[in-house]
Amino acid sequence: MKKVTPQKVRERVIEAILFLSALSSILITVSIVFILCYESWGFFKEVSVIEFLTEKDWMPLFANPKFGILPLVMGTLLTTGIALIVALPLGILVAVYLSEYAPHKIREIIKPVLELLAAVPTVVYGYFALLFLTPILQKFLPDLSGFNALSPGVIMGIMIIPYVSSVSEDAMIAVPMHIREGSYAMGATKLQTAFKVVIPSAFSGIAAAFIIGISRAIGETMVVSIAAGGMPNLTLNPLESVQTLTAYIVQVSLGDVPHGTVEYRTIFAAGMTLFLMTLGFNIVGFWLRKRIREVY
Amino acid sequence: MEDIKKRIAHIKFWNGLFQVVGLLSTFVGLVLLFTLMADLFTDGAPRLSYKFFTSFPSRFAEEAGILSAWVGSCLVLLVTACAAIPLGVAAGIYLEEYASKNRLTDLIEINIANLAGVPSIVYGLLALGLFVYFFEFGESILTGGLALALLILPMVIMATRESIRAIPNSIREASYAMGATKWQTVKWHVLPYSTGGVLTGIIIGLSRAIGETAPIITVGALTFIAFLPTPPVSSDFPFISFKWLFDPFTVMPIQMFNWVSRPQKEFQLNAAAAGIVLMGMTLLMNGVAIYIRYKFRKKIKW
Repeated sequence: MKKVTPQKVRERVIEAILFLSALSSILITVSIVFILCYESWGFFKEVSVIEFLTEKDWMPLFANPKFGILPLVMGTLLTTGIALIVALPLGILVAVYLSEYAPHKIREIIKPVLELLAAVPTVVYGYFALLFLTPILQKFLPDLSGFNALSPGVIMGIMIIPYVSSVSEDAMIAVPMHIREGSYAMGATKLQTAFKVVIPSAFSGIAAAFIIGISRAIGETMVVSIAAGGMPNLTLNPLESVQTLTAYIVQVSLGDVPHGTVEYRTIFAAGMTLFLMTLGFNIVGFWLRKRIREVY
Repeated sequence: MEDIKKRIAHIKFWNGLFQVVGLLSTFVGLVLLFTLMADLFTDGAPRLSYKFFTSFPSRFAEEAGILSAWVGSCLVLLVTACAAIPLGVAAGIYLEEYASKNRLTDLIEINIANLAGVPSIVYGLLALGLFVYFFEFGESILTGGLALALLILPMVIMATRESIRAIPNSIREASYAMGATKWQTVKWHVLPYSTGGVLTGIIIGLSRAIGETAPIITVGALTFIAFLPTPPVSSDFPFISFKWLFDPFTVMPIQMFNWVSRPQKEFQLNAAAAGIVLMGMTLLMNGVAIYIRYKFRKKIKW
């Protein structure tokens, strides 16, 4: 018969504690989903889902409130789109350069410095977008309003370069050397090899990098809160002021909205929309990343 | 023959050109980072003084300071560290050393990867619903610290796992061969050898927490605080008080946000000065993290 020694008990207890810690991460997800659903449920009892999705105005704090999420979603997509126009080409170029061209030493120095771009507090980027980039852009684009989608979009783009470049670089480095050597043996240059062999082979990894970038840009809050203005605006014109989902949540949180009112619940409805958008992208990104590991 | 030579020259030219383009695009980000710091510094440096650190915010820009903001940031960070480090390291140890390969483990892993991609403001909404109104912690330092702890938890877990994974199995086997139990192996071998990586991950996580604004705004931190939290140590019995956990607070990024949003130029200069301090804190922490990683990597060679 096995004896239960104090040591065995201790081992069991410790394992249980460690297991519970790991399980707590699931508890966090469950509580996020629960809180968002619970408060959104209260919201949708008073506002119909159809109005929420089709109404073209978002004026929840007015005397005659209108609850159409479209302007906020459009604002989010517009700033995200601008960020991607900046981040995708630059991110890819950086990744190709670092993985295919740069000598080992230069890579070791540049990578951590580039990661610093992601470490700068976003409120500092907001300051920079509003007080540095917007005045400069206004010299070239006289129509640009003081608050606009363009300037925070560009700054966000540069901010997410490290996310895009490091994941795509990992994918490119994972392409086995012999595939490159085959290409060189046929007389191809590094450039031809990079764009015709390495990038297609690493495609799903690069796509995953894009998606991580997109989901970062959608969730980014402070840059757009500071520099994009606070007016919900159903437009695709980057020169105008827009409001994103995240900026709306910040605007309401700064004010004094009583707990339990419809206005209070709007931020959870906006948060729910945001959560579902990023969740969708994250799942696709996760799936793509899993695929690269399986290919080789 | 001439044709082929021309073609080769052409291809080689593009190859050379790309090398320059690639290097330049790598530098775009770095140049921006440098410009940003130079801009902050020229605007804000004249405002940096001893008084700036020891004054409360004020209606008058010249008299305003960041005392309540930096004290608030430090206390919130303390709560975050106390919550996120034990939980994150324990979860990392479990997943790497104990977990058997099954559905539940897969679920936990996917879940952590997904949590890392959840926008920070959603953590703010979670904290608002859960800590402020459900547990009734109020709009306090405790709520703010816990919100940030949840936010950086995935980072701490991933850093722990990565550095534990780097330890070769032979070390564990040697320990088992000496009759050590699993926990003894973890405690005396796995943890000490992974300290460098774990510490690096923790510090980078905390440096992200210190710059986070959105979740703290959502839980309802105030933007104008002209008093300090209750001191944790007092001269009366029982000498140590935890009342500060439930005090209202503000943090550095919120103070900066508040000043940026004002139209007056003088307040924007204050924002730049607060930005310098914030950047300084972040860069310092990142620097320490890089140093620790470098030092431990040098010390341990398998």
